[in-house]
Amino acid sequence: MATELTTHQQAPDQARGHARIALLAYFLLGICFGITLTKSEVLSWFRIQEMFRFQSPRMYEIIASAVLVAAASAAFIKKIGLKTISGVPITIPPKTLGHGVRYAVGGTIFGLGWALTGACPGPLFALAGNGVTVIIVAIASALAGTWTYGWLRPKLPH
Amino acid sequence: MDKLAVSMAAFVSGPWPWYVAGPVIGLFVPALLIVGDKLFGVSSSLRHMCSAVFPAKLDYFRYDWKRTGLWNLFFVAGILVGGFLASHWGNPPNIAISEPTRLALTKLGIHDFSGLAPRQIFAWSALLTLKGFVSVVVGGFLVGFGTAYAGGCTSGHAISGLADLQLPSLIAVLGFFAGGLIATFFILPLLF
Repeated sequence: MATELTTHQQAPDQARGHARIALLAYFLLGICFGITLTKSEVLSWFRIQEMFRFQSPRMYEIIASAVLVAAASAAFIKKIGLKTISGVPITIPPKTLGHGVRYAVGGTIFGLGWALTGACPGPLFALAGNGVTVIIVAIASALAGTWTYGWLRPKLPH
Repeated sequence: MDKLAVSMAAFVSGPWPWYVAGPVIGLFVPALLIVGDKLFGVSSSLRHMCSAVFPAKLDYFRYDWKRTGLWNLFFVAGILVGGFLASHWGNPPNIAISEPTRLALTKLGIHDFSGLAPRQIFAWSALLTLKGFVSVVVGGFLVGFGTAYAGGCTSGHAISGLADLQLPSLIAVLGFFAGGLIATFFILPLLF
């Protein structure tokens, strides 16, 4: 009886501890990603222009090798049924296709912004960290864009 | 040993060759899965921020953002800090773009190729010029609107989604390029 009581008390504490360590891990991984975006130069407006003008294979080589490594490791994780560090089974949920309109139209709108600003969301934050402070306005504007989508969502085709 | 020291120095000072940069980016997918079954993606942070600050009773923002999104906000805060750290070591950024790109951009009127983005456009003083406003404010808005509509950005669709062979992500990525090509070849020449 006494031991049962202690395990009941310990379980939520342990879960909270796990959650805190995980948040720290996400923050550290974010730091690594910010460094990666900078050192790979994919956050540069110039590199994005070079990509859309098909004048260097660099961005395509980066994206293709990133997808290959991600695909191989995700397949491996699925195959061996790996669990997270806190023991939860790893699941990769499929995206629902629907009519596909949201992907085609939303994707095209995103692409217009990607070429105009020369940055997608990850690089926006990395650029702000790199001292391109005016990008804070672009982030605020992106928030306004996301909010506007939330507002118009019931009227938009998906 | 000397060779190792040289390559370590190159790794720290950057830029990384594509065969380092690409695989490292790809490794964030398994890393986030292993830490907490999270799908690598950045743009949902924008939704979580809206949900936290100004949900305005809209269905799209009515959910427990702390439970589903706190991890993503920590990840994004890390990206900002990572960018700051990386900018403080190694060589100052001087993007060695290809000669044809340099030529094309010079024709558009860009002359300063130092830094990560053209200084004549991405500066506070240029924000209220047409070029600056469209590049920063309009572009940013389209990024935020488009990524929410498409349900993901470059990380979520182009990396995570394509890696999982998801058809929706392939459609989204084709859209990214359609939009990017329109902006590059039709909008930028009018704007610059």
